[in-house]
Amino acid sequence: MKTALEQYRAQQKRHRCVITWYRIGILLLFLGVWELGAQLNWFDPFILSCPSRVAATIARLYASNDLWIHIGTTLLETVLGFVLGTLIGTLVAVLLWWIPTLNRILDPYLVILNALPKIAFGPVLIVWIGAGMESIVVMGILVSLVVTTVTVLNGFLTTTDEKQLLMRTLGAKKHQIFFKVVLPAGVKDLIAALKISVGMSWVGVIVGEYLVSKAGLGYLIVYGGQVFKLDLVMASVVILCVLAALMYYAVALLEKRICRAK
Amino acid sequence: MKTALATLSNVSLSYFTEQEETQAIRDLNMEIKKGEFTAIVGPSGCGKTSVLSLIMGLLQPQSGTVSIDRDKIRIGYMLQRDHLLEWRTVEKNVLLGLEVQHRLTDATREKAFSLLDTYGLGEFRTFYPDQLSGGMRQKVALIRTLAIEPDLLLLDEPFSALDYQTRLHLCDEVYHIIRQEQKTAILVTHDISEAVSMADRILVFSKRPSYIKREIESGFSADIPPLLRRKSLLFQQKFEQVWEEIES
Ligand SMILES: Nc1ncnc2c1ncn2[C@@H]1O[C@H](COP(=O)(O)OP(=O)(O)OP(=O)(O)O)[C@@H](O)[C@H]1O
Ligand SMILES: [Mg+2]
Repeated sequence: MKTALEQYRAQQKRHRCVITWYRIGILLLFLGVWELGAQLNWFDPFILSCPSRVAATIARLYASNDLWIHIGTTLLETVLGFVLGTLIGTLVAVLLWWIPTLNRILDPYLVILNALPKIAFGPVLIVWIGAGMESIVVMGILVSLVVTTVTVLNGFLTTTDEKQLLMRTLGAKKHQIFFKVVLPAGVKDLIAALKISVGMSWVGVIVGEYLVSKAGLGYLIVYGGQVFKLDLVMASVVILCVLAALMYYAVALLEKRICRAK
Repeated sequence: MKTALATLSNVSLSYFTEQEETQAIRDLNMEIKKGEFTAIVGPSGCGKTSVLSLIMGLLQPQSGTVSIDRDKIRIGYMLQRDHLLEWRTVEKNVLLGLEVQHRLTDATREKAFSLLDTYGLGEFRTFYPDQLSGGMRQKVALIRTLAIEPDLLLLDEPFSALDYQTRLHLCDEVYHIIRQEQKTAILVTHDISEAVSMADRILVFSKRPSYIKREIESGFSADIPPLLRRKSLLFQQKFEQVWEEIES
């Protein structure tokens, strides 16, 4: 005879199983319809490609050793953009929290910068910094920085004045208030900012590569479009999907770590 | 003759907003003697919290002086709400003050933990605040205040968030601790019976801008605890007296 708790656990486990199988099922169904549609000429596989052609394209890239160059280039740019953007964005948020007057002065500019599509600066960056990887990384930074600042600062500002007052009654200095109350209370928003900015960095880098690049997945997409090799475009998008998902899960893993450390 | 820990002379305090100036305190004189338990009662919004903030040094008066030897006298301030940090366990919350003041040693930690045991919170040490009842949270906040071993305790309506039963018991316990450790305390409260049952003397504040309307000795010897005081005839008389003073 199972105890109620065991029954509950078993039921939960079954539920998780079902969900996993449905997820896999949807993926398989999607791939199947895509392949079948191409084989049966429901649509033109020259335009929309199909899983077998995508796989063949990736295999060809792999065989010519180009695959890792393109993936490596884009990944490096994105990670750099993401890490630097998050770091600088968080530091700016700390500075703005520390000096409320500065925050009040800069508030309207921050709002405008946040609303502005940073991608519009692309051509300027290229002319200014040069037609190389640096421009693309800066693009990645630019796109993730402002949203990080805004999100993290909001997190910091959720700490009430009363909590700060409490810290002062205990004799805390400003840096102690920050590290013991404001930062821990803002961790949730910091992680939210990470999740947003990891997606943003991809956008920045791919657009950057559209504009100027000699390698990378964004380059492959543009190149594929220009020479009508749409298989190449689809293959790049599929690789992007996998990479973006992996990076997102890396951040989620980090989140779990931080939450458990508390 | 007991020595004065803190003296406020001719203190005035105003708050400013864009629209107006609110004078909270006008020409207030008071003296807090060592080992004395003072209660402050008065109408809502009259400036009781402001007085505690002045003593704590969180606010500066517009005129007059607040003299207190801040290098020698440590002040513990218990705010009206507990403000426990949700991401810290009970024991970490209790040690917050010591951490901030760089006074966390094995001895002070032991002392703080023994306070937790005394208050029946020993087994909840590793719990998080949201796993505690309102009364327990309030006690943790009190222990956090006591853990820094203050010479002067400022209590701003420390029991107002509690149900009546818990309140009476906690009152009694706090009283014992304060007397045992021979602390000096100032208690702000809306509750006249709380003031009479705990304090040596009661300061009745006027309406805003406030000054001390009347000072009333409770007349009880310090070794009679609050619950016992409440049963006596003297308690009734003092209660009436304070009541009439506030009303008049
Ligand atoms: N930060 C502030 N800004 C503006 N006015 C304030 C501020 N704090 C208090 N006041 C005003 O000063 C007066 C005294 O406030 P205080 O908090 O000292 O009253 P209190 O006696 O503690 O009231 P209560 O019994 O309701 O807690 C109030 O009328 C209030 O409106
Ligand atoms: Mg008050």
